[in-house]
Amino acid sequence: MRFSGFGGAYEGSSFAELLEIDHPQMRVAWRALLQQSGAAPIAAPHGTTVLAFKYADGVIVAGDRLATEGYRVASRDVQKVYATDGHSMIAIAGAAGPAIEMARLMRIELEHYEKIEGEALELDGKANKLSQMVRANLPAAMQGLVVVPLFAGYDLRRRQGRIWKFDVTGGRYEEADFEATGSGGLYAKEVLKQRHHSDASRSDALEIAVSALQNAADEDRGTGGIDTVRRIFPTVLTCSSSGIESAVEREIESAYQHSVASRANHRLEHRGAGA
Amino acid sequence: MSIPFYVSPEQVMQDKAEYARKGIGRGKSSITLEYRDGILLMAENPSSLSKIGEIYDRIAFAGVGKFSEFDQLRKVGVRYADVKGYAYSRDDVRARALANAYSQAMGDVFTREMKPLEVEVIVAEVGDPELAGHEHNTIYRIQFDGSISDHENFCVIGGQSDELGSFLQSRYQPGTPLGEAVKLGRAALERASNGRSSVPPQNLEVCLLEKARIGRKFRRLATDELNQLLAG
Repeated sequence: MRFSGFGGAYEGSSFAELLEIDHPQMRVAWRALLQQSGAAPIAAPHGTTVLAFKYADGVIVAGDRLATEGYRVASRDVQKVYATDGHSMIAIAGAAGPAIEMARLMRIELEHYEKIEGEALELDGKANKLSQMVRANLPAAMQGLVVVPLFAGYDLRRRQGRIWKFDVTGGRYEEADFEATGSGGLYAKEVLKQRHHSDASRSDALEIAVSALQNAADEDRGTGGIDTVRRIFPTVLTCSSSGIESAVEREIESAYQHSVASRANHRLEHRGAGA
Repeated sequence: MSIPFYVSPEQVMQDKAEYARKGIGRGKSSITLEYRDGILLMAENPSSLSKIGEIYDRIAFAGVGKFSEFDQLRKVGVRYADVKGYAYSRDDVRARALANAYSQAMGDVFTREMKPLEVEVIVAEVGDPELAGHEHNTIYRIQFDGSISDHENFCVIGGQSDELGSFLQSRYQPGTPLGEAVKLGRAALERASNGRSSVPPQNLEVCLLEKARIGRKFRRLATDELNQLLAG
């Protein structure tokens, strides 16, 4: 049934498709833009470390807050980790503008589906939807606006935390234990590889996440560290069967202090030994 | 050559209205009422097909009559709200604009189409005490011909809306806590079946717009919770 002047031609349950079909002016027509502008890559804020790993109750996702434009700081307190609904989260890496937009669209997409259909998508369905969004961004990625998110959540059917990573073509890969991406992702992953264990408590997981991000910030200029003067802390979300919980500043600060103290102790104990 | 019959516009409209009323009258009623901490939406509904749904953060929908028709209206409403919230901000999605759009669409069908919609709908918006100017609850009722009205305290749609309305009128008190509101709603719905039968909790569809919730304020009550409220 169609109502004149109210509602359009689209009758499905995807918000992204609804925009595409009934409101094309709200979507960026990358193909047309590419044809007009030749192939000169666009400069946009970049740089990031985001990570996700499983712990005893589910899955934890964390990300730094820095956005850079070349060697310049574009913003010190960007949010890169978002709850997409009650039991799933996205962490974004890549060009800030399109990445934040993708996270926002993903959130609306899941809410829209849930409202139209009367029940939420399965976690697999959500991950698949996100991979389609990443694939749709491919023309922009070829212009330099790469978006490669991490997706994680608690699967209420299988009663476990799950993690996916994506590549620019929309390839979707489920990870067994942990994953990190962004310019500092490799450095964070080194820490996760050594310290991660799937029966870690929430507070242990928080400390591992913070020290992995610290290690990435130490090695990578595109990743922001913890700024206790400006009170800028990484975003950390945990997701268990009871839903998503955001780690508060105080928790992150104490995890940070704990990790700094253990590093300092380690140096003290081994002073002179290596020299 | 056959001579086309002349039927006066008054007659056409009357016939359509009667047809729509009959269709709506066959179904059960739905109640929306304000309670202390938000808005309660209730319907007698033994099936798993919902008559009440979430539209947006603070907006809910209730429909009676022909399921396929009001469910289509609900979906169009969700699309309208999500697109508007995406293009502007979440706080720009308001019940009044949506109710107006419903009124236009339903009025249009009533005048243009052969068959009018056999539905009545409610658009309810819970106030947000944090947002200056958005503190108050609003309840709109849109009828099959597109006529729209706003209501305070409570609103009933469906076959026996007048009778249930006067029942509520005599018993409703502003600022009722949730438990009392649910009991009052059930009593009114039982009234619709002329007190012949009691409505068991599993045959009730109950949803809330809770003022205190952050973000999406809509929540569907599970039967367990409903049992507790009715027993308490």
